[in-house]
Amino acid sequence: MAKIIPLSEAVGDLIGDGSAVAMEGFTHLIPHAAGHEIIRQGKRDLILYRMTPDVIYDQLIGAGAVAKLVFSWGGNPGVGSLHRLRDAVENGWPRPLEIVEHTHAAMAAAYVAGASDLPFGVIRGVHGSDLHEHSKAVRWIESPFDGERVLAVVAHRPDVTVIHAQRADGDGNVQLWGIVGIQKEAALAANSLIVTVEEIVDRFDAVPGEMVLPHHVVTAICHAPGGAHPSYAQGYTQRDNGFYTAWDAISRDRNRFEEWITHHVRGTTSIAEVLDSIANAGDGE
Amino acid sequence: MSPATRDEIMTVAAARSLRDGARCFVGIGLPSAAANLARRLHAPNLVLIYESGTIGSKPDVLPLSIGDGELAETADAVVSVPEIFAYWLQAGRIDVGFLGAAQIDRHANLNTTVIGPYASPRVRLPGAGGAPEIAAFSGEVLVMMRHRPEAFVQQLDFVTTPGHLEGGDARSRAGFKGRGPTRVITDLGVLEPHPESRELILTNVHPGVSADDVRDATGWRLKVADDVAETEEPTVQELGVLRDLRERTERAHLG
Repeated sequence: MAKIIPLSEAVGDLIGDGSAVAMEGFTHLIPHAAGHEIIRQGKRDLILYRMTPDVIYDQLIGAGAVAKLVFSWGGNPGVGSLHRLRDAVENGWPRPLEIVEHTHAAMAAAYVAGASDLPFGVIRGVHGSDLHEHSKAVRWIESPFDGERVLAVVAHRPDVTVIHAQRADGDGNVQLWGIVGIQKEAALAANSLIVTVEEIVDRFDAVPGEMVLPHHVVTAICHAPGGAHPSYAQGYTQRDNGFYTAWDAISRDRNRFEEWITHHVRGTTSIAEVLDSIANAGDGE
Repeated sequence: MSPATRDEIMTVAAARSLRDGARCFVGIGLPSAAANLARRLHAPNLVLIYESGTIGSKPDVLPLSIGDGELAETADAVVSVPEIFAYWLQAGRIDVGFLGAAQIDRHANLNTTVIGPYASPRVRLPGAGGAPEIAAFSGEVLVMMRHRPEAFVQQLDFVTTPGHLEGGDARSRAGFKGRGPTRVITDLGVLEPHPESRELILTNVHPGVSADDVRDATGWRLKVADDVAETEEPTVQELGVLRDLRERTERAHLG
């Protein structure tokens, strides 16, 4: 049964050092406010799952919160590298990072398997890709029906999944729409589910293309308007493409990154304060 | 109008490669620019499919990411990520896959994972994303890359995305459905796989570029077709539409 509680309480209660956490949202609805809260609370040794690590994981990795990353595409979309991810892999800074990498198709199948309580998902796989050679998370198997070789992908079973959504109602049902990505599968693959939302309403009306997560699969709902920034919530906020571009220079330099995190994340208590802090400093425009 | 740059000629040449009505799985960056250009020129019914799950997107400006809001708002359908990869790509419902890469070899295999050894890379690249499945299961694949010796290499540091593997009929033996890379469009010319060996051959040079220029920019001994054609200069219309698209995109993303 969903509880409506502050984000700081949800992160404090449900995410511990060493937790396996999936924070999903395929470009849209990325739960940045929750990422900031994890950094503020100084969580350590996290195992993070995410198809596209994006700026949210670049921040967590650079802040030293992450021991292991399971992912399928680690760039700053349309801009270039995630410099903190690169620094961790190339130089072990601020700490070594273990990586498990997939293709998008494999990563999606692993979440579907987790949500379905299966040990593995199955895709056709791509013969000849070195990716499969370097991964213990996939294995070629034979179809028991016609002997065809297909690729088994070990299921994702995170302790906690965190997503951002447009709305929740008073009972704790969650409604999201637009690009719905991998959220449902990630939500149902985990033991606990934290959802940050733009708005909490008594009852929500149907929206074309909506996805509803019923209250009984939601552990905590946290009101965090603007909580996807610099990602967006369709119908509420716009993707801040300028910030994604600005992140390249902020994250390229270790000192500048640390100042940014110290000032705008550790020195604030909510996404609203983060946005004010960035705007006042002109840091990310 | 100022003459076309090499990048503009590449984008126009790539756009011309897309036929109207094709279902095109589009990567961000150069491929997205070419596909959106084609939709404004000869291919108004080109179906743009982005891996965020948007099918039939009709963006007014070029998206910065594969999940910009406009892609969903203008789409015929928006589906989940498991669905786009399983029901659409893997099941063979994509005609053309459109990819870029950091490195390519003579059989159009692609690397987007690492430069240097995997365990201790000199440069960690973004990784696979959707590329391996796009190349394996689309009807055919177009590749767009700037032509440099460090990108067109004798030996890939990592095979992220098999193209024609070791050449010949290796692709069909591996069970891939589509025809694989059929054109590699660069800022110097166009390479196409030889019908039997599947080794990339220079078939087109862009205006002002010689076959020797392309050889010099290729890290293996590039074979050149007997009848290398010169790419037609971009027309005033092609160039005008492309520049207008770029200008509006820049305004939208920086505004």
